[in-house]
Amino acid sequence: MEAFLAASIVAAMPLLFATLGELITEKSGSLNLGVEGMMLMGAVIGFITAFYTGNPGAALLGAFAAGAGGALIFAVITVTLRGNQVVTGLTLTIFGTGFSSFVGDPLIGQSVPQAVQAYFAARPIPGLGDIPFLGPVFFRQDVFVYLGYVLVVLVSIYLYKTRFGLNMRAVGENTAAADASGVNVDFQKYAHIVFGGGLCGLGGAYLALVFVPMWQADVVTGRGWIAVALVIFASWNPTKAFFGSFLFGALSILGLRLQSMGFQISQYLVDMFPYVATIVIVILSTHKNRKEDLPPADLSVPYFREER
Amino acid sequence: MRGITKSFGSAKANDRIGLTVYSGEIHALLGENGAGKSTLMNMLSGIYRPDSGSIFINGKAAHLTSPKDAIAKGIGMIHQHFKLVDVLTARDNIILGGGSGFFLREKELNEKILRLSDQYGLDVKPAKKVYEMSVGEKQTLEILKVLYRGARILILDEPTAVLTPQEIEKLFAIIRNMKARGCAVIIITHKLGEVMAISDRITVLRRGEAIATVETNRVEIPALIEMMVGRKVDLSIKRVRYEDRKELLRVDGVTVINHEKKTALDGVSFTLHGHEILGVAGVAGSGQKELCETIAGLQEAEKGRIFFENENILGKTPRDIIRLGIRMGFIPEDRLGMGLVGSMDIVQNIILKEYQNQRGFILRRGPSVEKAKQIVDRLEIQTPSIRTPVSRLSGGNIQKVLLGREIDSNPKVLITAYPVRGLDIGASYRIYDLLGEQKGRGVGIIFIGEDLDVLIELCDRILVLSGGKVTGILDAAQASKEEVGFLMAGGAA
Repeated sequence: MEAFLAASIVAAMPLLFATLGELITEKSGSLNLGVEGMMLMGAVIGFITAFYTGNPGAALLGAFAAGAGGALIFAVITVTLRGNQVVTGLTLTIFGTGFSSFVGDPLIGQSVPQAVQAYFAARPIPGLGDIPFLGPVFFRQDVFVYLGYVLVVLVSIYLYKTRFGLNMRAVGENTAAADASGVNVDFQKYAHIVFGGGLCGLGGAYLALVFVPMWQADVVTGRGWIAVALVIFASWNPTKAFFGSFLFGALSILGLRLQSMGFQISQYLVDMFPYVATIVIVILSTHKNRKEDLPPADLSVPYFREER
Repeated sequence: MRGITKSFGSAKANDRIGLTVYSGEIHALLGENGAGKSTLMNMLSGIYRPDSGSIFINGKAAHLTSPKDAIAKGIGMIHQHFKLVDVLTARDNIILGGGSGFFLREKELNEKILRLSDQYGLDVKPAKKVYEMSVGEKQTLEILKVLYRGARILILDEPTAVLTPQEIEKLFAIIRNMKARGCAVIIITHKLGEVMAISDRITVLRRGEAIATVETNRVEIPALIEMMVGRKVDLSIKRVRYEDRKELLRVDGVTVINHEKKTALDGVSFTLHGHEILGVAGVAGSGQKELCETIAGLQEAEKGRIFFENENILGKTPRDIIRLGIRMGFIPEDRLGMGLVGSMDIVQNIILKEYQNQRGFILRRGPSVEKAKQIVDRLEIQTPSIRTPVSRLSGGNIQKVLLGREIDSNPKVLITAYPVRGLDIGASYRIYDLLGEQKGRGVGIIFIGEDLDVLIELCDRILVLSGGKVTGILDAAQASKEEVGFLMAGGAA
């Protein structure tokens, strides 16, 4: 059981990073459906950087920059040029998929360098790692996972306890009101779209550097779309996003575990688990009563100050 | 402000307007719908940028390129449609966009807000969410928000349109208080009584031009109206009595439980005749909305019957009601929300109601285009063209489009809820005239109103609702305001 939950945490990490990234983007009022694409861009650039430099820090930075770069395209088109967010996001996914196949093609089958693999090996936290049950599940993980924990806390504080988070939420909820209150709307949107994209890139990099430390085409396999659904499931709340990712991480490896325990389940059914769960959850979460659980009111609404 | 010009497409909203406002003064901006009052003020608050002209603040030229600039220059605007974030608290809305420091120090901020609201005699609860607030509370919050930023020039756009008389008094006290503290207050309104009561000077705008600036104590209401409209306006409502009235609609013991599971209508009974305007008075939320919606078939009733020409129409869908040959014109309270599609133009909004009477799959636009032209002509709707999205029109013109469309379908019963809400005098009286015209054609009209003076002047009978019950039906010709007010409060106490 402990091993299963610990493996679930590992499987949850790519989802967690991407979900937090999309959550930040949506909270500031933009619906970026390019998550899958940005994850792939982060994965391939992260892998290439690791492969040629052997430096894990540089790999993370490269992955973040790649995701952020993809998001920047989205921001220019939707914020400055006022393009349609849905179409732009879908196009970004297609672009990111093509980009990663093209750039990563020569490296297919290559492994992450030993130095980087060693860096991302499990490192128990002294003390916390010795707590029965919780220790092995949560605190004998790799540094990337710890970064995820810290991020959940930081994003929560940022959103609800800081002036910047408040301004950003206001832009997502009522852009006109935020503008009239002196918030720089375009800056808020750009900053959060780009940062959110960077987190998606990190989510992709986790897959290519830690989860499967070898380059293969299309490593993300739909996790970007699950992240989009997880944002809804989490009611745009970072803490709930953590538990949602954990749940989906568990679901994605549940089938394998059952098979290895001797249950005869079709591989196709097993592969379906996370996606079926996504559909069920999206249906269930359409019934929300608390105003705070609803999507940001001005989500995906383009804003033009002089429009009446 | 000097020589300010602003165009939207081909329409000139402001044409070389000059305006001077002094500190310690309450300056009223008066004008009909679409005269350019809000546009002018939106430029002062940085929302719009003028095409040409310049703005001087304390004698210095100011380039306002965003609301942020305007706030920094001490300009605060309270918009007609409040600019507040619903899911945030009062405190969050107040500090939004300003201030310094990284973390929100909630306690400190709460105290600061309470101190400021005490100082101005405002009542604001910092931790209350905006979506839980009444309209009056929201307005108070908007004012406090502007004061918190240290505004010295305050702009209020139609601040009294949605307030009760008591709330208006409170608002005026606040405005006078600000004046006493040396602020400059600009108030946009079309309610002449309020202009006379509160302002020091008045600037009148008409069709994008500044007509005149006058001192309030040297001018009379009729002269102001003439400046606004450009001609003399007769402010009396003609009420013609028709003797051969036959019963059109009979509402019999209707009880309605609304979405919040509250009894909204409780055993309501009355009759409506042809050639009659039946006024409905009551404090907001006394069941007016449910009454309209039940008759129009939008709301289910628990009990009771509604006869239209001796046929029970309760339980039929709105479309059934039209198909049966029963014509009912319904103007919802929320004009744009339920009545019209804002992004569509006048023609399309007419087709919306017409298409069911057309045969075949493809829409024929021709007749609707003709109709749109007629309606625009007849009601003097100010629009660049019949192809302009209705959301671009001013409030009064939107209302005219809606009313024009409903009247055009030759209804026998016309239900109107607050048809003059937010309209200026010229447009209001045009609407009253139109209703009178319809009455002359034999239409039975249910008129849900707010202004008791108008109800008494315009209607034949007045039905008073209180907490979902009918507390009285009065003959308007003999009713007094006091009597109606007494019934509104529940009567028989």
